[in-house]
Amino acid sequence: MGQASLLEVRDLTVAFESRYGLIQAVNGMSFTLKPGERIGIVGESGSGKSVTAHAITGLQPSNARVSGEARLDGVDLLRASKREMRRVRGERIGMVFQNPLHCLNPAMKIGAQIEEAVLAHTGANKNEARQRALELLDQVGIPSPSRSAQEHPHHFSGGMRQRVMIAIALACSPQIVIADEPTTALDVTIQAQIIDLLAETCEKYGAAVILITHDLGILAGFAERIVVMYAGRVAEQGDVDSIYYRPAHPYTLGLLQSVTRIDEARRDRLVPIAGNPPSPVLLPSGCVFHPRCPYAQTVCSEKVPALERVGGTDHLAACHFADEIGALRAVNTAS
Amino acid sequence: MASYIARRVAYLIPIWLGITLLAFLISTLAPGDPAQIYFQRTRGRQPTQQELQIVRERFNLDEPVVEQYLSWLSGAVRGDLGVSFTTGKPVLDELLLRFPATLTLAFWATVVTVVVAIPIGILAAIRRNSVLDQVTRAMSMLGASIPSFWLALLLIILFSVKLQWLPASGQQGWESLILPALALGLGDAAVVARLTRSSLLEIINEDYVKTARAKGLSEGRIMIRHILRNGMGAVVTQIGLAFGFLLAYSAIVEVIFVWPGIGRLAVDAIGQRDYTMIQGFVVFAGSIFVLINLAVDLSYMWLDPRVTLSGDKAVAG
Repeated sequence: MGQASLLEVRDLTVAFESRYGLIQAVNGMSFTLKPGERIGIVGESGSGKSVTAHAITGLQPSNARVSGEARLDGVDLLRASKREMRRVRGERIGMVFQNPLHCLNPAMKIGAQIEEAVLAHTGANKNEARQRALELLDQVGIPSPSRSAQEHPHHFSGGMRQRVMIAIALACSPQIVIADEPTTALDVTIQAQIIDLLAETCEKYGAAVILITHDLGILAGFAERIVVMYAGRVAEQGDVDSIYYRPAHPYTLGLLQSVTRIDEARRDRLVPIAGNPPSPVLLPSGCVFHPRCPYAQTVCSEKVPALERVGGTDHLAACHFADEIGALRAVNTAS
Repeated sequence: MASYIARRVAYLIPIWLGITLLAFLISTLAPGDPAQIYFQRTRGRQPTQQELQIVRERFNLDEPVVEQYLSWLSGAVRGDLGVSFTTGKPVLDELLLRFPATLTLAFWATVVTVVVAIPIGILAAIRRNSVLDQVTRAMSMLGASIPSFWLALLLIILFSVKLQWLPASGQQGWESLILPALALGLGDAAVVARLTRSSLLEIINEDYVKTARAKGLSEGRIMIRHILRNGMGAVVTQIGLAFGFLLAYSAIVEVIFVWPGIGRLAVDAIGQRDYTMIQGFVVFAGSIFVLINLAVDLSYMWLDPRVTLSGDKAVAG
């Protein structure tokens, strides 16, 4: 790795205490993020991607048990005090959430909701915070910022509200923006706009981005690296090309086959992944994906596969047959 | 916004007419001849047929009921609720004379409610299912189940009779206010504390509270600006209604503490069959109650800016 990493998550494990016992939501998650880098974390709902984001930022519910490490510039966020975490959130890590219709306070004016974030972390006075809010509204493409700042959220569409959320996330020029399914609740036509805006504004601010999504498609033009999660574990991670063109985990392969693509005219239908994600209360033995895996062998139900390097640098997959799967895909695309 | 307020005020007219009709019917349908009672009350002897006739004419009691109602209503609209059967003074003057005492008591009872209930409700919501939450739950059940007159008697026994800290009756400065204010306020506090807790729990898991945390705001600011601001609608309504009830229906506690408010005036009027006074009290108390309801509804506009747009939202419930 040429560049020092900004955020280093190592062996992150999150479990929830419940009446059914401990529920493993994230199990040994590791990834790194370099300054200004854009990575995508992809997986089905329940795969632990949002829980990962919440654990890193200290927003996990009180019944969560978190272990591992998440070092931001060397400081472990998982062991930081509540007070330290409050300074990290908003100031060093900005966040954008899934449902813009519910993420803004209905009783507060748009401008005040941005100013509040500025005031919390900078020495700005009210007037400076107001100017900053107007500047941000302009940067995220809200028309007539000074008038919009005086409006309440219910005057805004979902897409506009998500723009406001991006403005809030960027309010204190954070080093990292975590966007948790930022486009899932939006119209398809708006999704691309929001992703583009996220890319453009974060680049301007030099912020690294973690984009969490269930949709491999929206990561294509956005992320430099992708982490594929399944049932709380990393199934595969690597740069975009490795993931898209040389997937080494059957789950990634399945995800790719279930994505609509316009550049592959040959394929006439989507192939869904059979079965459902496992219940986190009752995880399968061995490789958690084996009950749904078309290539599963006996070893898959007996032994947990380690996350190991496949071929290129930084391309890791947790599959006993990673090399074979990689070869399989290569043959498919060649023919 | 102006049209919204105008519409809300317009709603009051039929409600107020209903109140006056009920108030009028109460005394019309009540047993006994008002003219005879009035004469006995003022002269201390049985009236003759002729004397009865004179009284009936004076109070329009010889007219058909509908006309009696209409003439009384036209007076009521102009603030004339007739004269008291017992004292012969205008009913409204008597009510207004006694009203400040009731208002003072209701105000301090509401202060007790707010000061006790809101912090307990907030703490119970933050520390959900903790020991504190369980204790306040039990206390609230108890508080809501105890009638205020019984609580009043218990307070008198403890603080006036046993400890002799506070006076049991009358109006001798602020000490006299404490026991009746507690007796009236604590029961509502129990209800309001639980309502505060449940209202806040609804809000605590809202996405915008998560956004507020993601901004790195302090917990205090999140509670005040984001959670309380959005979660207090039902609580404000409840407190407003409770205040209205206190103004209109604190009669029993006023009687126990010999508090010279309108509630006691009404109880006395009932005992003396002072029909005009009873009518006047019902209209007066009813009017105050609907006006406070209006104030509560209008406060929604401040609490929830969406109300002005959707117009009828504040009418809920």
